[in-house]
Amino acid sequence: MSGTRRAFASVRATARLIAVKDLRIERRGRVLTNQVLPFALIVMVMFAFALDSDAVLERVAPGLVWLATLFSTLFVIARSFAVESSDGALDQLRTSGAPSAGIFLGKALALMVQLLVLVVVLVAAAVVLYRADISWQGGVLLVTTALAATCGLAAVGTLYGGLSAGAKGRETLLPLLVLPVVAPVLIGATRATESAFGTNGIAVGEGWPWLGLLVVFAVLFSVTGAIAFGSLLDE
Amino acid sequence: MTTTSERNVTGTSFTRGLGIVTLLGIVLLVVLGLFVSPADVNQGESVRIMYAHVPGAWLAYLAFVVTGISSAAYLWKRTRSLTWDRIAGASAEVGVLFMGISLVTGSLWGRITWGTYWTWDARLTTTAFLFVTYVGYLAVRGLGGSHHQRARRSAVLALLAVLEIPLVHFSVRLWNTLHQEASVAGRGTDVTMDGLMLFSLFLGVIVFTLMYVWLVLHRQRALALQDMVEDSGLDAALAARRAEAVV
Repeated sequence: MSGTRRAFASVRATARLIAVKDLRIERRGRVLTNQVLPFALIVMVMFAFALDSDAVLERVAPGLVWLATLFSTLFVIARSFAVESSDGALDQLRTSGAPSAGIFLGKALALMVQLLVLVVVLVAAAVVLYRADISWQGGVLLVTTALAATCGLAAVGTLYGGLSAGAKGRETLLPLLVLPVVAPVLIGATRATESAFGTNGIAVGEGWPWLGLLVVFAVLFSVTGAIAFGSLLDE
Repeated sequence: MTTTSERNVTGTSFTRGLGIVTLLGIVLLVVLGLFVSPADVNQGESVRIMYAHVPGAWLAYLAFVVTGISSAAYLWKRTRSLTWDRIAGASAEVGVLFMGISLVTGSLWGRITWGTYWTWDARLTTTAFLFVTYVGYLAVRGLGGSHHQRARRSAVLALLAVLEIPLVHFSVRLWNTLHQEASVAGRGTDVTMDGLMLFSLFLGVIVFTLMYVWLVLHRQRALALQDMVEDSGLDAALAARRAEAVV
């Protein structure tokens, strides 16, 4: 009994250490704020050029927010594992004896925090650029949607990022692997955000079932990731 | 009786026999499908696409199931063997091929019958995702590293696909039912099929299955040889250069 408790404590401690480490690297390196966020914003502006109509933009704003999030997520994942594969950091992590579930959860947590920042900025951009409108209840739905969706994205991203870490051609491989998997997140988050924005007069209440999909996805991939990450690491 | 690894070929008397049977079956299928079986009342001649489309789709699903099972067998410690990994890889390659065939034939048939190459029907969309997922799987297999590294990586990926596909299917269906009125129309199951058509279809499934077994056996052996070449490649090359130097 105390053995399992100790194992859990060890996983938690590792997760916290790894998450804090990754966020500290981000705070000092500022890749998210100086490169990924500007990229995401330019994508939002480009969407406006391509679609060229206020009415259309208002209609598709939720989808564009999440598309931009997905594209930017790929960069954040790549960054998260570029940090590990340089200077053989990943090998050191492997040989350190730290529980792989802890490493997985830590990296996923750091990823999730960064993705949340990204989503907040993109939603703000949608409000400013695409005239999205958020009511008070819509805001609650939006926050929970963002939490569940980024959790799912972070879990999948960490899993597949770890899978392709250190491999040749991983920059191009990662999108091919990740995008099909996160299609349910795109569908669920977009529908939930549509109701939060009230796009096409969709009521806020209609968004909650989609949140269920996002939560199932997040839980499923977090658990699977925590279990499977070990066999990806010890090679 | 020499084994394949001794003779360094991928054919045995079994696969040769299987190949001949498959070939005869294909000939019979072509004759039945293109000439003997009748045209459909509603679809006309385009119904003949079905004899390649349905077996192709069935085969692709079978292939991916085999990939999943072999991957699990590799990951399970008591049955860990690179043979499982090669079967998984060979099966996925053949599966991607057949899925590609059934996607192309399906959209051609759709253009003739529904007037459109593509509909956002849940089954179609899931199939497309399945295709892309296994293309990614094959890309991961090609990443390099040691054999066991490749095997473990791709086995985990194959099992993740088993998790992913039902989720994608479920969410696409949810998306569809709420946001699209009509998807695949007029595919009633109450339609009675002509006896000969049904027979041709079954023959197609059997012939394609035999072809799958034949392809996977050969491909698996070719992959084994490839692994052997990679293992012994450097040694053999060094020995050859030494031999040249002596002469």
